[in-house]
Amino acid sequence: MTSPTSDPAVLTQSTPSLISLSGAWTARELAAIVPQARLLRVPGDAPVVAECGRITALDTAGAWVLQSLLLRLQRDGAKVTLTNLAAPFEKLLATVTSQAREQSQRPGVVAARIPGRLEAVGLRVAAAGEQLVALLAFIGESAVALVRVISHPRQIRWRPIAFNIRSGGLEAVPIVALLSFMLGVVVAYQGADQLRHYGANIFVADLVGLSILREFGPLITAIIIAGRSGSAYAAQIGTMAVTEEIDAMRTLGIAPIELLVLPKVIALVIALPLLTVCADIAGVVGGMVMAKAQLDVGYPEFLDRFLKAISVTSYVVGIGKAPVFAAIISAVGCFQGFRTQGGADSVGRQTTVAVVQTIFLVIVADGLFSVAFSALDL
Amino acid sequence: MEPTPAPSDIVVAMQGVVTRFGAHVVHDGVNLEVRRSEIYAIVGGSGSGKSTLLREMILLHRPDSGSIRVLGVDLAGLDDEAALALRQRFGVLFQHGGLFGSLSVLENVGLPLREHTRLDGALIDELALLRLEMAGLAPDVGAQFPSELSGGMMKRASLARALVLDPELLFLDEPTAGLDPQSADGVDDLVRRLRDQSRLTIVMITHDLDLLWQVADRVAVLADGRVQGVGSMAELHRSANQAVRRFFDGPRGRAAEEQQDRLVRARDGAGREVASRPR
Repeated sequence: MTSPTSDPAVLTQSTPSLISLSGAWTARELAAIVPQARLLRVPGDAPVVAECGRITALDTAGAWVLQSLLLRLQRDGAKVTLTNLAAPFEKLLATVTSQAREQSQRPGVVAARIPGRLEAVGLRVAAAGEQLVALLAFIGESAVALVRVISHPRQIRWRPIAFNIRSGGLEAVPIVALLSFMLGVVVAYQGADQLRHYGANIFVADLVGLSILREFGPLITAIIIAGRSGSAYAAQIGTMAVTEEIDAMRTLGIAPIELLVLPKVIALVIALPLLTVCADIAGVVGGMVMAKAQLDVGYPEFLDRFLKAISVTSYVVGIGKAPVFAAIISAVGCFQGFRTQGGADSVGRQTTVAVVQTIFLVIVADGLFSVAFSALDL
Repeated sequence: MEPTPAPSDIVVAMQGVVTRFGAHVVHDGVNLEVRRSEIYAIVGGSGSGKSTLLREMILLHRPDSGSIRVLGVDLAGLDDEAALALRQRFGVLFQHGGLFGSLSVLENVGLPLREHTRLDGALIDELALLRLEMAGLAPDVGAQFPSELSGGMMKRASLARALVLDPELLFLDEPTAGLDPQSADGVDDLVRRLRDQSRLTIVMITHDLDLLWQVADRVAVLADGRVQGVGSMAELHRSANQAVRRFFDGPRGRAAEEQQDRLVRARDGAGREVASRPR
């Protein structure tokens, strides 16, 4: 048993064949003598006495160290006798010794092999490939489920869709509008200096209008929603996977994709374009405020120029990207949720992966859109 | 009548413990005493406050009034340092194991040693492996993660972690809940062996009547916020208290009792002593 006061274990070799042990041989007090015990040498021919009378406490850790010491000395050829070991300690030592003997008779555990550098690269590539295939399979499955649901419109689950539109769309309006407003302010502010150089103050409307409507509006909205809803989807489905709720659903004959994925995809495809409209409006208002403050372009002048310079196409092109972004966010979020295995740790990891992958894919998709639109002269 | 034990032999003492959750009174003056080196079981229906009682003993919940002494230390007004010292003197096996999902089983078992002693890593791994094997697990389980273990293995691994600092007192929360009968028997054996090997005191919460008949020295029945009866299973069996009776009179209660009778007869028949310890 351990005592709160410090009573370090001591190991002394008074003569080559007399070792005395004293103090508390417990996990807390052992640290100092462990290296000493490993270095201890005794003459091989003479009998050795280990005097244990002054050991005040012995726990499993102490017994283990003691038996390792005895075992090593015996293997070196010494005959060691323990004297004056208290009865309960002797019992514990016997238990630990027999356990150790059993352990030593079994082959040791083979340590897991650490892959070499090249092998590690290969393993990661294989894992990425496997994940890509799984993602495509998941998208395919969801598409099939979507077609099935659309062909039987009565099966559409309106309640979860409405719920997701509220939680993922409506409740995100303030943060999306605020950030987009600030983005409009920044764009106008950065452009102001250059435009003033050329006396082209009024073109701030072109700058703000085009950049917000075509690029920043849809992109900032998608990134905010990826962080806000994509992560929530992954965490929700991941936790359900850990607590066997997904398995229960399958057993009850409910397709998890229909119940968990489709409402989220449909809701986000509806909500994200609407959020993008909010972002467009807030961004342009931000630019307008800055134009007045920095460039003396009044609101009527700004709006006048805005109407002339910005075609409806620019607006539609921006909004048109939103449903695609929505599909990416909801699909990847749900997909990573379903890949959760094990415990709480895994939920966190999959959520992180979901957000990183979503943002990555959204930006890649945005790049592809730019290429396509410029090829189409939009 | 048994002689009153000396104060130093009382490992856990609760006096007039009252616990409320809002308006709901869970404990209305609980008194109990756990003696050194006994296996003490607390039983009671769902919602009778067994788990809360355990949480109060292990410093996870503070009662609204009453005093609790664990290993001679009064839990009221304990400062952080004293609480830490006390926590190292007892081990807890949680109902769902409480193993850390991000660590391997061997790291889980070695964690208390790594945190609270200055031993080197290699020795800690050796000790953790020893503990794992003493809990009846194969050495290769050590490399696995908790999520890969079966229910019985998880309990054993968790028990290994609870015991790694050689506590004086061990708390078991539903040690056999959710286990198949064979694994549950394994836990029975393990608990008994533990008590026989060291002078460990064990406090457990359980519903498992087999475990109670075969392992527990004394049982406290908790109902209506109070301890309704304390004694060996045989003594409680003769009790006239309604709350205690309810516990025995179901079909499961009878089955466990018959099983116990059969076991005793079988042991007598084989000419061995019924039990080496007083019951």
